[in-house]
Amino acid sequence: MRKSVLILGAGSDVARALARELAQAGYDLQLAGRKVEELAKDARDLEIRFGIQSRALYFDALDLDTHQSFYEALKPRPMGVVAAFGLLGEEDLARHNQQEWLRIIHTNYTGCVSILTIAANNLEQSGEGFIVGISSVAGDRGRAANYVYGSAKAGLSAFLSGLRNRLHKRGVRVITVKPGFIKTKMTRELDLPPRLTASPEEAATDIFRAISKRKDVIYTRWIWRWIMLVIRNIPERVFKRLSI
Amino acid sequence: MVIANWNSYPRIEANLWDFRAEAEALELLHKLDSCIPRGMGRSYGDCSLASHIISTPGFNRFISLDQEQGILECEAGTSLKDILRVILPLGWFLPVTPGTKYITLGGAIASDVHGKNHHIHGAFGSHVHSLRMLTPQGEVITCSREQNPEVFSAVCGGMGLVGLILSARIRLMPIHSVYIRQKTIPAGSLDQLMELFELHEDCTYSVAWMDCLSRGQNPGLFMLGEHCTAKEAPDRNLSPPERAGLSIPGHLPGWVLSRAALKAFNSLYYTRGRANAGYSFQDLESFFYPLDRVQHWNRLYGSKGFLQYQFVLPKEDSRPGLKRILDHINSFGLPPYLAVLKLLGSQKGLLSFPMRGYTLALDFPMKPGLTALLNTLDQLVHDLGGRVYLAKDARMNQNSFIRGYPENRRFLEIKHGLDPDNKMTSLQSKRLGLCAKAY
Repeated sequence: MRKSVLILGAGSDVARALARELAQAGYDLQLAGRKVEELAKDARDLEIRFGIQSRALYFDALDLDTHQSFYEALKPRPMGVVAAFGLLGEEDLARHNQQEWLRIIHTNYTGCVSILTIAANNLEQSGEGFIVGISSVAGDRGRAANYVYGSAKAGLSAFLSGLRNRLHKRGVRVITVKPGFIKTKMTRELDLPPRLTASPEEAATDIFRAISKRKDVIYTRWIWRWIMLVIRNIPERVFKRLSI
Repeated sequence: MVIANWNSYPRIEANLWDFRAEAEALELLHKLDSCIPRGMGRSYGDCSLASHIISTPGFNRFISLDQEQGILECEAGTSLKDILRVILPLGWFLPVTPGTKYITLGGAIASDVHGKNHHIHGAFGSHVHSLRMLTPQGEVITCSREQNPEVFSAVCGGMGLVGLILSARIRLMPIHSVYIRQKTIPAGSLDQLMELFELHEDCTYSVAWMDCLSRGQNPGLFMLGEHCTAKEAPDRNLSPPERAGLSIPGHLPGWVLSRAALKAFNSLYYTRGRANAGYSFQDLESFFYPLDRVQHWNRLYGSKGFLQYQFVLPKEDSRPGLKRILDHINSFGLPPYLAVLKLLGSQKGLLSFPMRGYTLALDFPMKPGLTALLNTLDQLVHDLGGRVYLAKDARMNQNSFIRGYPENRRFLEIKHGLDPDNKMTSLQSKRLGLCAKAY
């Protein structure tokens, strides 16, 4: 039987690059997100380029009530699920605006927990498959610049870690991806240091390798593992004075 | 960021804007007062350079492929490399291809590129069934030979100056193997090379390499090619063999490509060509894209870069014309490092380069005095009724351009209709006076 992978938030730059990697490896793809029209074009492209089957589905991470029925309607049931949606949000706005911090937390954390819980229960029954969650290095330590976003990603990292612990015995792998900087639509306006910044294609290659090599937690670029090791180990009484 | 095209000259500070959906392209066109589209930067010069560049390679989806009829539709940023990867195994090939597959579909149309089969199959635009373009005023229009034919003739070869090409449907060519039956014929002089071109005009692919470093005669190698039938081919594969390539790690110091080294290379190449004269089988990769195997080969010329001067002369004046031009280059003491000769057919398209006659492409390293030499060559070429290829131009003046492209006024009328505010502007279009207001 052909293996199908569901990508949630398939319109993101990293997700699109990852879709091509997966398609090249022969996986059929179900592309889910809010811009279904664009996703349908992506699906057609993947079919022609790689001779796989692909289709586009409407999915809204914030519309929690629809998640169960969305997943049950999937045909075929995916053997792999990638949660690639996320929202950087506007941290300044989030300090004063309840709607903004709720939107950041719900997109990056609640929405992910909701759909991945459903996916996990489903994969657990079939006894194989994988889940990829795209978290962030921002979740490794809260910083003044983006701590609402960071805290949501920290929650997601902890959730994925627990899920991995639970599903390991059941043959389902859970992979946590922690990107550093990636040059995407989301970060277009930021001035990022080139040495620390991956292209979406580079990040996708790292994620694909993590899936095929059975990794648990990866950083992309890899150097972020060591940067974050240092940052996590700075004593709090020093850290609180820094502006990094 | 600092941007230059393939010949590393000119090198400019520019903002690169990319897009992955039509809506994003529309936003960019609204936001930028002045910009020019750019694909993979394989042109030689400044035709796709400006302060604000709309970079197309991220917009690269396949839209449809009719495997029966051989009709392919892709977004404009799709590379010929990606297209070949998909169509070759299905038994299709590009009807026209330049010497590299690292260019985009949109770039191939905007420069109306040609290949070794131009005398038979015309330029790339001749195989475009229809295309969709975002006009500078934000409207999406479809054009073809039947629909908006005037616009179509301005877009093909129009250097991105009438709008942003979004997607195109092209007709593919059926093939039965990935092999080309190549025939190599050594020739002792320019006269002999030209005789060979005329003798073999019914052959699908023809091109000649010429040695410009040895004084007096210009020995060269004349190469012919035909697609193999399934029976002739050495094997049945429809994918060319993968080969390890070379990569030039950084700009090399200028002396590496010294005159002495080039002279040695040229005579070696010629001797090898003579030794291997006759028939051979080449796969598509090595027949059409030999230089693609050396990544960043442009760096061989050092950080100052090089200029490629490609011109065409009307056929009736080609023989004395080419001689006069080569004599002049010889007397000037700045020999080109590489020279490629080809007999072209006639071509429609308001700013398309090809015309019935001989084209010569010359690679010159950047050296003092080169500008003076090329200015004189401009004079000679245009006195003979020829023209210079816009995709390879970084320095021609407005007067030469107007003489070489007599349909430029018609082009500007169409540009005026689509782009009255001159939103689409490149360094080249400014230099050549290709502005709607100016006309």
